[in-house]
Amino acid sequence: MNLGVVVFPGSNCDRDCQYVFRDILGQDVTMVWHKERSVAGLDAIVLPGGFSYGDYLRTGAIARFSPVMAAVKEFAEEGGIVLGICNGFQILLEAGLLPGAMLRNESLHFVCRDVCITVDNAATPFTCLCEPGQVLTIPIAHADGSYYADPVTVASLKANAQIVFRYCMPDGRVTREANPNGSLENIAGICNAAGNVLGMMPHPERCAESLLGHQDGRVILASLVESLVHQRLRKQELLSQLP
Amino acid sequence: MPLITDELIAQHNLTREEYQQIVTILGREPTLTELGMFSVMWSEHCSYKSSRVHLKKLPTTGPRVVQGPGENAGAVDIGGGLCLVFKMESHNHPSFIEPYQGAATGVGGILRDIFTMGARPIALLDSLRFGELHTAQNRRLMRGVVAGIAGYGNCMGVPTVGGEVVFNDIYSFNPLVNVMCLGLAEKDKLFRGTAAGIGNPVIYVGSKTGRDGIHGATMASDSFDDEAERKRPTVQVGDPFQEKLLLEACLEMMAAGLLTGIQDMGAAGLTSSSCEMASRAGTGIELELSRVPRREPHMTPYEVMLSESQERMLLVAKAGKEAECLAICRKWDVDVAVIGRVTDDGILRVLDHGAVVAEIPAKALAEEGPRYDRPFAPPAYQELLTNLNYDIIPDVKDANAALLSLLESPTIASKRWVYEQYDHMVQTNTVVRPGSDAAVLRIKGTDKAVAATIDCNSRYCLLNPYEGARIAVAEAARNLVCSGAEPIGLTDCLNFGNPERPDIMWQFVMAVEGLADACEALKIPVVSGNVSFYNETKGLSIYPTPMVGMVGLLDRADRAMTQWFKEEGDDIILLGTTREELGGSEYLKILHNREQGVPPFLSLEAERALHDCVLNLIREGQVQSAHDCSDGGVAVALAESCLSGPGRRLGATVRLTRGRLRKDAVLFGESQSRVLVSAKPAHRRAILDAAEAHAVPAAVIGTVGGDRLVISLADERSDDTVINLSLSTLYDRWACSLERLVNQA
Repeated sequence: MNLGVVVFPGSNCDRDCQYVFRDILGQDVTMVWHKERSVAGLDAIVLPGGFSYGDYLRTGAIARFSPVMAAVKEFAEEGGIVLGICNGFQILLEAGLLPGAMLRNESLHFVCRDVCITVDNAATPFTCLCEPGQVLTIPIAHADGSYYADPVTVASLKANAQIVFRYCMPDGRVTREANPNGSLENIAGICNAAGNVLGMMPHPERCAESLLGHQDGRVILASLVESLVHQRLRKQELLSQLP
Repeated sequence: MPLITDELIAQHNLTREEYQQIVTILGREPTLTELGMFSVMWSEHCSYKSSRVHLKKLPTTGPRVVQGPGENAGAVDIGGGLCLVFKMESHNHPSFIEPYQGAATGVGGILRDIFTMGARPIALLDSLRFGELHTAQNRRLMRGVVAGIAGYGNCMGVPTVGGEVVFNDIYSFNPLVNVMCLGLAEKDKLFRGTAAGIGNPVIYVGSKTGRDGIHGATMASDSFDDEAERKRPTVQVGDPFQEKLLLEACLEMMAAGLLTGIQDMGAAGLTSSSCEMASRAGTGIELELSRVPRREPHMTPYEVMLSESQERMLLVAKAGKEAECLAICRKWDVDVAVIGRVTDDGILRVLDHGAVVAEIPAKALAEEGPRYDRPFAPPAYQELLTNLNYDIIPDVKDANAALLSLLESPTIASKRWVYEQYDHMVQTNTVVRPGSDAAVLRIKGTDKAVAATIDCNSRYCLLNPYEGARIAVAEAARNLVCSGAEPIGLTDCLNFGNPERPDIMWQFVMAVEGLADACEALKIPVVSGNVSFYNETKGLSIYPTPMVGMVGLLDRADRAMTQWFKEEGDDIILLGTTREELGGSEYLKILHNREQGVPPFLSLEAERALHDCVLNLIREGQVQSAHDCSDGGVAVALAESCLSGPGRRLGATVRLTRGRLRKDAVLFGESQSRVLVSAKPAHRRAILDAAEAHAVPAAVIGTVGGDRLVISLADERSDDTVINLSLSTLYDRWACSLERLVNQA
């Protein structure tokens, strides 16, 4: 599979995403400069973490105007798989590919540590290898990770099972204590209604090897690759049925 | 042109004699611009005029040394064609004046020192000193400094993986912010700050030049009085986003083979970068200031040459490669301009719209500044500090209470509140995160890893600067060894008071000798460093603080060791000798309010034997954990091994042999060259044999397990349990103390 990792000025997890998909999961990775206008030939797109445009004005607020974002939008609308991690999630919100907004952490501090998240929806392209309710230990590293949306939006997120990950205790209970940033409903990651666009604050690419402590992030990244394989097979099937 | 008056010379922190030297070099009176340029280059900060004669004593060579002192950073060979580039620097004065920006630009400066060598920065560490957190001012300084480091390092995508934070009221009006950076480069592709190739273009890259930071280097070479507030305009403002773009643009130009030399515009800005590059190459440089990108209009040549605006680099490109350099800079949206060329006459010639405003021999400016062999003598108060009659200090009665007091003292307590604000995992190399003896980072594409630490016990250095400096080196090396790494290189950051005072100069000279002797004995070369003098406010000097930053190498990243207990039933073994040594201990300070006595004895021979022994045990997979015994002694080390692990906390039951020693010395004394290891019982025999073979004393002192820490002391007559505390009590005091102190109303 050929995954595109978008490089915005100020992205700093771009190389980490490249490494994990290429060297750990054995996929092809194309680095996509933010000034490019086409994403042709890519099977999936990753918007990596970092501080695009220095987080100036508001996280993700300037990056959404980068030329590549129009192509990313089109790609998503056609059902292409898009994963936004941390700053990538923030950009997806600003670009309107996902609903809601990100507020500053409740503590007002940047926070970098392992947290537990529970898989609320194991039927997305990003969680197909997870068990429903599975608890993953995975690091966060952000200053603006407190997800917010109006009550109507939150209700529809719930109704459509768009809340994919929630911060939880090690035993899976979703509690106030488990919430590291004040996020509404303990939301750690959401997808769009079609399920092909996911934004998540935790960093799966940082925990995909046992050498780095644990590898719970790998199941998310491997799910994405698995979904791409299925997608390709389905396409081939459809093509073969054509007269 | 203003007349150069005595007053003007004094304002530039130059002595009458130094001014005469300038006139002799030029053969005429300097212009105001030239006076400014000399004043910054000949400041203590840039010229090392008081320290240079002593720094020569440090050992700087060794089989792994690729680049020693004198460049932007040092470098050591780690095999496979790679080298580790590293350096430490202080940003103390700016951080006191404006903590957030002072600390942030300190991080920015050290990062540029690393990537200017052609290395991609892979890790940051910081060593911080603050006054105790009982004053709002100290809490504000700490919050600001930590936020500044986080703000800059996190945005750059370089993990902040370690360091230390120590509290003492002596730092209340002069906090220390020392920042260390590590980078990785291909050994044969290192870049240096040289302006070679007559006619080659000199290119300015990065932020526009403004009036910020003019005379920062001079400010950093002065002590503070009540008017520190008024110096705020000399502190620069950092823009990490701009620096991230600059980093990527510079590394791309280097990889494309477009450059012959490059140097960061740090202290003394355009002046230092241009004259140092020319001086190293034996060339000259001609600059046209009207081409320098500017942030504000009407800047004088004086201001442009002395500005310390951040995120700027000076490049010398290969002839004909200008267009390619410009294209890469434009791709990354960074300002760029060809502002001059390399000449053959050895002169730094500065033009403003074609008119010469300065014309100085580059070598004279960069290297021929004044050198002082300042008088030094031990102060009269030294004996008062070291003479301590222990008979008047009662032995510990309630060891439980004493241990809890130590664990919650901010110097010993968990630094989680600090390091959780730093992104310590970006770049996905962090094998051992903050909170163990040293940070460990794997090197992608190899099986190897590097470890890094910063250490200095400045109270020891106050009591005996020579011994204190030796101990700093030994402890740093021990921390690396406990992580499974062989120490391979050292960078120092020597923070002292006013060198014009003989007692301060004595502290400095003794400390440098201590560093030199310890490095010699442990065979660790010093490859880079920094001196920060004039750390005093209103005549009160800080404790002598020769910070030691050290790097180590592991052949196998998966053999990295951590300090916490791993498994119930494991043996706990203490390596090394416990003596009756309480002098300068954290215990005496916290429990008895005394910072007195003689620092613990250190035999470098015993230290080396211990390192060899522990490294062998770790490499052979014999031990499950290894932890240096330092502040707070064995009792604190045991508690840390129980509490600091990322998973389940594990208790321990320990029996220490007391002999004729005081109880407090056995529990909390800080005897050197001791390491606490835990191991599966099956390995006990092999470990004891290995220790014996290395002539390292070893004793099985207890067992891992349970949910309490229980310590008993045994002598010929009795066997008393003196510490018996639940892990939850210990954890609460140790883990949450710092946060409580910082956030108190």
